[in-house]
Amino acid sequence: MTTATTMHERRPERPPGESRSHVDRRRRRIHGSPWVAVAFAAPLIVYLIAFYAYPLIRSIDLSVHDYNIRAFVQGNAEFVGLENFANVVSSPLFPQALWNTFLFVFVSLVFQYSIGLALAVFFKRRFPLSGVLRAMFLIPWLLPLIVSSSTWAWMMNSDAGVLNSFLGVVGIDPVNWLTSPETSLLSVIIANIWLGIPFNLVILYSGLQNIPEEVYEAAALDGAGPFMVFWRVTFPLLRPVSAITILLGLVYTLKVVDVVWIMSKGGPANSSLTLAVWSYREAFGTGQPDFSPAAAIGNILIVIALVFGLAYVNLQRKVEQ
Amino acid sequence: MMRTSTRRWWHAGLGLVFTAIMLFPVYWMFNVSLTPRNDLRNDPPQMFPVDPTFEGYQAVFDQQLPALVTSLLIGLGCVVLTVVIAAPAGYAMAMLDIRGGRTLNFLLLVAQMIPAVVMAMGFYAIYVRLGLLNSVWGLIVADSTIAVPFAVLLFTAFMRGIPRELLQASRMDGAGAWRTFRSIVVPLSRNAILTASLFAFLWAWSDFVFASTLARNSDFIPVTLSIYNYIGNNTTQWNAIMATAVVASIPAAVLLVFAQRYVAAGVTAGAVKD
Repeated sequence: MTTATTMHERRPERPPGESRSHVDRRRRRIHGSPWVAVAFAAPLIVYLIAFYAYPLIRSIDLSVHDYNIRAFVQGNAEFVGLENFANVVSSPLFPQALWNTFLFVFVSLVFQYSIGLALAVFFKRRFPLSGVLRAMFLIPWLLPLIVSSSTWAWMMNSDAGVLNSFLGVVGIDPVNWLTSPETSLLSVIIANIWLGIPFNLVILYSGLQNIPEEVYEAAALDGAGPFMVFWRVTFPLLRPVSAITILLGLVYTLKVVDVVWIMSKGGPANSSLTLAVWSYREAFGTGQPDFSPAAAIGNILIVIALVFGLAYVNLQRKVEQ
Repeated sequence: MMRTSTRRWWHAGLGLVFTAIMLFPVYWMFNVSLTPRNDLRNDPPQMFPVDPTFEGYQAVFDQQLPALVTSLLIGLGCVVLTVVIAAPAGYAMAMLDIRGGRTLNFLLLVAQMIPAVVMAMGFYAIYVRLGLLNSVWGLIVADSTIAVPFAVLLFTAFMRGIPRELLQASRMDGAGAWRTFRSIVVPLSRNAILTASLFAFLWAWSDFVFASTLARNSDFIPVTLSIYNYIGNNTTQWNAIMATAVVASIPAAVLLVFAQRYVAAGVTAGAVKD
């Protein structure tokens, strides 16, 4: 990241007095015809069309037809327009799934970010083992989701889970983490916070590294205490990096299926059902695949993700400038 | 002097406590994998593997080897596909000033926002017709979609750092664009290739959504799906489930030990642009 910037700046500027067309000609000679660039990007372009655009179009196609398994093979599904969308939105499950998604994303992000930031500030002071410990914090993020989710599921087991035995030590009654509708959403949120901390820590830590030391020295000269420095210096300077971290976390949390599905399948009684999990369940989670509503839910999810995604792209452009 | 050093050790102690709390689930997975089946439901649970059993790991070797090999093949296939597509594209975007480079960049960012479940449905619809369901090839292609956009952005960012003078010199010596790419850009991009490969492998290895939708009835299922089926089939044998989970975590551990700085670089490259 930093090397890219410096190298970029080091590229020779156009000498004063040299005409633009002269430079253009020279550039062309160095880089060859524009078709050479296209040739190098061609595999990617073909790939994006075949393996991104086409599946996407197929999923939109699913959402405006009435597909069942037979129609899938024969390819003669009836066109129903926006009926699937209307059915999904008017379903009593929709407000619940939307609210669960909101809680899942919002609570996860608040805790991931604040814990990640606190740890990043903590690790910024060099101390023995700090590098090794920081590296070990990456582990939860690198583990396959099936591994971490099933471990959490077993830890949260009502009868034999270690979490309940910890609670027992401090005199709290056992909690039916994943089997009670009151706590299942909370349970998957806890696991998801744990999963997201490493990512937040790494990005915020690298953001902290990019704040020049002189800023802190100046603040110290002005007699600012550590809390003052954090609120008045660190936090504002970190804002662009924070925004990107949160937006990326948001897009990821919005679309994640694995954690919730493996831990609770969205249940019991839909209490931990998010939009992404609902979509997955309709299409693949039951013996009776219902691709059309599933695709409709998925496409609603894309729209939501894109709104935030575009905010992200916009923001990144601002940061670049 | 004395005081600062005491404080540093205080910090180290605190850091150890934080890390221990954070990694407790990982420890617990390890602990359960070694716990004999009769002790799994003890109350309170066994905090340490005082009387370790290897029956869980025995079960892994008896039952999970094909799944592990399948995952390995899919991971390697994804690495090859990702690098072959992303590296030249990065070259075109970073050094050859491709027309519409900004648009391409934008599309790659948008591509990363599409939920996997939507992609899975699209792939399912396509694979049904092509007969690619439950095939290793189908899964390699689907899994690679997780890594390709990221890898292109990574290569682009990295290759911007290669001095253009080198390209000029290579041009002067009469090398074409392909020759320059092969003998200058690729060798200099070793670190980017390594980072992209590591992530492509890890993400393919960890994938559950594509595996559980596109390869459900395959003869060779990847290890993630195998663990999932295991949980569904016999809920009593948690030591074997956790033993499989431990084995499935090996690539992550290897990555962390041998390529930690690339991991951190990769995480950051995805988020913070120059």
